[in-house]
Amino acid sequence: MRFSFLSLLRNAFSAHRDWPEQWRSPEPKPAYDVVIVGGGGHGLAAAYFLAAEFGIRNVAVVERGWIGGGNSGRNTTIVRSNYLLEDSEALYDHSLKIWENLSQTLNYNVMFSPRGILMLAHGHHDVQSFTRHLHANRLAGIDSEWLSPEEARAFCPGLNISKDIRYPIGGATLQRRGGVARHDAVVWGFARAASALGVDILQNCEVTGIRRGPDGAVTGLDTTRGAIATRKIGVSAAGHTSVVLEMAGLGRLPLESTPLQALVSEPLKPLISCVVMSNTIHAYISQSDKGDLVIGAGTDQYVSYSQTGGLQITAHTLDAICELFPHLRRVRMMRNWGGIVDNTVDRSPILGPTPVPGLFVNCGWGTGGFKATPGAGHLLAATIARGEAHPIAAPFGLDRFARGRLIDEAAAAAVAH
Amino acid sequence: MLLVPCPWCGPRPELEFVAAGEAHVARPSPDADPTALAEALYFRANTKGLIAERWRHLHGCGRFFNAVRHTVTDKFVMSYRPGDPAPDLARLAETLAAEAAL
Amino acid sequence: MTGPFRTPTGGRIDRTRPIAFTFDGRRYTGFQGDTLASALLAAGVKVVGRSFKYHRPRGLVSAGSDEPNALVTVIRDAGRTTPNLVANEVELREGLVAESQNRWPSLAFDVSAVNDLLSPIFVSGFYYKTFMWPKSFWSKVFEPVIRAAAGFGRAPTAADPDGYAQRFVHCDVLVAGGGPAGLAAALAAAESGARVILCDEGPEFGGSLLAEPAATIDSAPAAQWIAATLATLAAHPRVTLLTRTCAFGYYQDNFVALLERVTDHRAAPDPALPRECLWQVRAAQVVIAAGALERPLVFPDNDRPGVMLAGAARAWVNRWGVAAGARAVVYTASDSAYAAAHDLRSAGVEIVRILDLRPDGGPATAVARAAGLTVETGAGIDRVLGSTAVTGVVTARHRADGTTAAGETLACDLVLTSAGWTPSVHLFSQSRGRLRWDAARATFLPGTPHEAARSAGACNGTASLADCLDEGFAAGAAAARDAGHGAVAARRFAATGTAIDIGGFAGEAPHGGNRDRTRAFVDLQHDVTAKDIRLAVREGFRSIEHVKRYTTTGMATDQGKTSNINALAVAAAATGTSLPAVGLTTFRRPYTPVSFGAFAGASRGDLFDPVRRTPAHARATVAGAVFEDVGQWKRALCLPAPGESEGAAVAREVRSVRATVGLFDASTLGKIEVVGPDAATFLDRFYVNALAKLPVGRCRYVVATRDDGFVYDDGIVARLAPDRFHVTTTTGGAARVHALMEDFLQTEWPDLDVWATSITERWAVMAIQGPQARAVLAPLVEGLDLAPEAFPHMSVATCTVAGIPARLFRVSFTGELGFEVNVPADHGAALWDRLAARVAGHGGTLYGTEAMHVLRAEKGYVVVGQDTDGTLTPDDVGLGWAVGRAKADFVGKAGLARPDLAGPGRRQLVGLRVEDPEVVLVEGAQITADPAPPPGTHALGHVTSAYASPNLGRGIALAVVEDGRSRIGTIVHVPMPGGSIAATVVAPVFWDEEGRRLHA
Repeated sequence: MRFSFLSLLRNAFSAHRDWPEQWRSPEPKPAYDVVIVGGGGHGLAAAYFLAAEFGIRNVAVVERGWIGGGNSGRNTTIVRSNYLLEDSEALYDHSLKIWENLSQTLNYNVMFSPRGILMLAHGHHDVQSFTRHLHANRLAGIDSEWLSPEEARAFCPGLNISKDIRYPIGGATLQRRGGVARHDAVVWGFARAASALGVDILQNCEVTGIRRGPDGAVTGLDTTRGAIATRKIGVSAAGHTSVVLEMAGLGRLPLESTPLQALVSEPLKPLISCVVMSNTIHAYISQSDKGDLVIGAGTDQYVSYSQTGGLQITAHTLDAICELFPHLRRVRMMRNWGGIVDNTVDRSPILGPTPVPGLFVNCGWGTGGFKATPGAGHLLAATIARGEAHPIAAPFGLDRFARGRLIDEAAAAAVAH
Repeated sequence: MLLVPCPWCGPRPELEFVAAGEAHVARPSPDADPTALAEALYFRANTKGLIAERWRHLHGCGRFFNAVRHTVTDKFVMSYRPGDPAPDLARLAETLAAEAAL
Repeated sequence: MTGPFRTPTGGRIDRTRPIAFTFDGRRYTGFQGDTLASALLAAGVKVVGRSFKYHRPRGLVSAGSDEPNALVTVIRDAGRTTPNLVANEVELREGLVAESQNRWPSLAFDVSAVNDLLSPIFVSGFYYKTFMWPKSFWSKVFEPVIRAAAGFGRAPTAADPDGYAQRFVHCDVLVAGGGPAGLAAALAAAESGARVILCDEGPEFGGSLLAEPAATIDSAPAAQWIAATLATLAAHPRVTLLTRTCAFGYYQDNFVALLERVTDHRAAPDPALPRECLWQVRAAQVVIAAGALERPLVFPDNDRPGVMLAGAARAWVNRWGVAAGARAVVYTASDSAYAAAHDLRSAGVEIVRILDLRPDGGPATAVARAAGLTVETGAGIDRVLGSTAVTGVVTARHRADGTTAAGETLACDLVLTSAGWTPSVHLFSQSRGRLRWDAARATFLPGTPHEAARSAGACNGTASLADCLDEGFAAGAAAARDAGHGAVAARRFAATGTAIDIGGFAGEAPHGGNRDRTRAFVDLQHDVTAKDIRLAVREGFRSIEHVKRYTTTGMATDQGKTSNINALAVAAAATGTSLPAVGLTTFRRPYTPVSFGAFAGASRGDLFDPVRRTPAHARATVAGAVFEDVGQWKRALCLPAPGESEGAAVAREVRSVRATVGLFDASTLGKIEVVGPDAATFLDRFYVNALAKLPVGRCRYVVATRDDGFVYDDGIVARLAPDRFHVTTTTGGAARVHALMEDFLQTEWPDLDVWATSITERWAVMAIQGPQARAVLAPLVEGLDLAPEAFPHMSVATCTVAGIPARLFRVSFTGELGFEVNVPADHGAALWDRLAARVAGHGGTLYGTEAMHVLRAEKGYVVVGQDTDGTLTPDDVGLGWAVGRAKADFVGKAGLARPDLAGPGRRQLVGLRVEDPEVVLVEGAQITADPAPPPGTHALGHVTSAYASPNLGRGIALAVVEDGRSRIGTIVHVPMPGGSIAATVVAPVFWDEEGRRLHA
């Protein structure tokens, strides 16, 4: 049933008794053309694009728990593409362009809201680094503009631009096309659209083994809901990528999984209209449509699959928020949680084929994977469909580590002198 | 905030420590080929379960040491000094499972 | 009397101390000991808030922190305004100003209540199905309207002037919860000699006993027992008692966070006191005694003001002397509500009827009937009458065939409900302990713990007062024992009091209404009804986490304390499975909301991050320095004369250094002393340079890479003695270089006999640079000949300068004759004074970091982190000569050998020259081959440094450009918003290419 105001109105008269399931919950078939491991936004998007764009509809998404239960449902929903390096710009802007029409594409209101991403520069080194971003983005055709501290405060009232704070704000870049979206809706929207095209979404279906033939190529998977034969597997398992790929004999990967915390305040009347990020003092904040202030904290320093982290991480984030917005000290944290993020050494993802024939991977998004959800799903689908990396994905292959061709956004942006 | 067992100072709050990555990863030899180099520099076990990892008691004795920790429970199993042999994590896991079953 | 609903006697309030306060601008009076909630209730205020989505009028439901409706803003002044406080947690104080929220123009008349009429459309998840057309309307029209309607309170508009404290403490036993079980646990642990912390979120210890004055413990009235117990605990020197302190977060390894509200309840707080204190407790053992929460029954229009929890009404009458109404209907599925009925009747409230959902009632039924109360079993409420206040109910009769029919109408102004009690397993669950499902009582209880924690009392499913006391005492004794303290003799308590019904009924109660249309509220604050949950299940949301996210049940500020189990039961019924099969949503911290300020604590202003100042900082300040932040350091950017602009100052400083001499405070440079028989071997391996044969008395410029081969620091290695080196690093790189040295020394080359000591703070460093440098310095130097032959460029020696023991370097980061004088930090200011005077005498100047940058850029010296970015090799930035390729090993050797790090296409450091001397390129600007690059054009590189060079009279720039060295002499383009700027690629040295001045 198509979603629209009219269908909503019609169903109001029948007390909403007639809405069908948003996605089917079928029994696993014995074989699929492609199996996507991981029912987060990325995995579901890949399945959707396989069916919608590449005509491969005999697809299953296997999910250990419930779809969207991992980082898709735990992040701070920031969407932007103002990255520094050309490969990153292409990747993230590919995604941003899909975001801009995603609600209409999926017929599901994912509430993508280009509220603007304000990235604060503190001190001379930040200004230099941001200027480089600005020029790089402009050359790439990605919108980005420089705001003086006064302009930044005009765009985001309440921002503390006093020169007397420890690290005064020296200016900011603004990407107006960037913003936020409703994370759960993205998951459900892709699930509903994929399911309608024939994709089987198999929840509570944990992968326990990956089968390979004599030639080393994948032949199928073992799951807690039975064996599934397939020649192509796309792994989109975020923090658990190492665990899944180990089943295919890829025991060591350039990945480490760490906790990442986020928190929300109690709901408040509209207060912060855009997304504000400060890499230097480690804080990012936006306000959801519901009124909660959504705040991202940093990662803990050690490998963990525990989905929890230390108080000192939250405290450090909130002291930075209170520096930027001193009138928020009395606002209260309502809920705090953790996810498991898979980090690469260059803070760029890994997207493409693996040394195992038929096995493809999309991982390593670290703390910033949400924004890439539709784009990464699309590129993984294209890569699986073609059997080789999509040109935008090509630089992000697993082979870049041996070559030394790292795509080091972190080093490029954050080395202090 | 973890309670980290420094083999020299005893258990101390995590704030005093810096995590220093997987233990027992040999430094690449100066003539390592690119693949071996990448393995040494970037590829990690990232085990869901017991891992051997390095810590430095930066705001304490300043020393590096190794520890075995479970990455799901976040509980430390043991810590030991650099140069001590790498524990057999598989056997250690079995022992712990047997103890837990008792 | 402070209101029509205040009882003539009773309660723990102090009736001799009236307190005036305002709510929504109206003046009221309460008593000392009141909460805002009890005082409003006493005054007859029924409507205290509006719900989130439908803006329905709402009244008080609970007397505790689990209250979903009564959220208020408390205002002292613009900065001291706190939104979203639960009225039960706001203690009445003189002059309290509180306002309701989420209504306009007033609580009584709220325009947005029109939403309630649209509720057939505004079902759960409706917004995912609409607002998609036309596309631009989402962010332009729909979303702004939704955002304006959403949210509760308003954030303060001014900075919060109050302080927040943090304390870090250790204890043997932390007891979370000061009810009967917690008090008994603390008593046992204290008797064993353990260090104990007992905390409770309320203003007084006692928990449920405070609302039950008739209870007795060991033959004494409960109040007397509490007082005696507290006196005993207070007498133990190792016991800390914390009221108004909520254990809100349970972190790893028994790290528990407590929030203490220190001053909010005071009329005129001492400004020296923090508003709140965040206690970070590392406990050897934790006893969780968090009690249980009463669960409301779910039935049509159960959200009307006047429908409240039976236990809450009982607490208000017994603890605060407030009868919440005059005529009450009690609707229960547990015996607990009967106690409320008895107590309210004693206070003069007419109990119209007790409707007991259970077919035959419970043990309390007969007692109630014997006492003259009317009880109807197998009955309930079909619907509630009234809108801004309850005016009556229509009863429901449950027939034997399972159907339900509407019964009679009962007039009343109060409905008390109780479905049973839910153990508060929040903290236990946060500690990652496993919950178990008790099928017999239909409740989740603490199962296997993950941390050293045990639960006692109602939160552990224990129902009677005596059992809670016994269990608490045993838990406290066991916790103390496990923390290493002596045994305490077991104790049994004799107690009389009301037992609560753990478990009970969950889900939507049977009624005769159309279940697809009637609204039986599960989550009151978020307006989630039972039919919303069923809709979610119908649409395929099966996991309780999906149901929660789709309907938003349990996601309000109360985090579903009273609603989660009911939501779970409705979902279970809809999916046809059991409660445990649907699963339980995660209990996320904090238990109750915690202010940002408490987390930030003292970390604000200058304490946000330490400020590092050089020994001569005060001198530079006097000299007019403008400072910049470089990491934690404050560095003098430039030192303008009075009336001089910063730009003019920089130009003057740069010219002066080239013409005469300048003095620069270089103390922030990282400094490491590397000592030991193997020090030379170590440094030879650590840096890319060959250093083994560096002679004593000589310095070398060094480049550091990690094993990946990318430049990450540079500096000077100076050999003071065969076994002693003074190593400098960049200002920002000091800590990481030292850490990497330690790493290699401790773990990779433990056979090397070397110590690396950070000495950054031990030495003040003054750079004297310029043609007159020797003339300035020489007269101050004793024990060293500064003549060029005796002390050439890149020399080091110990001597005295101005009578101060010094390490003198002949080095230059300007391209001029230069010295860097290192003296013990305590003498830094004195040395500055002497040098500054002599520099002035030679017509020189003080200069800052900006002039330093211009000078080094003229000379083509790179700044790591500005001209490099973590992706460049030494060769890329023109430092390939520094790499000791013949060495058997060094950090980075294998990395640098990778084909992609040496092949074509690398970005290389070059200079850029623009024809127009007035043009100064912009740092960070991109470089292209195409003068009019279309979007998406590949950049050849970017400008890394660009300055107006006063000495050259033109703009200069350094850049990294793909294959840059082979492009020298060619034209590239720098696209700018106003059009591209053409630039010639040149060698990256603009000043004294031969280096004559350096060696002067």
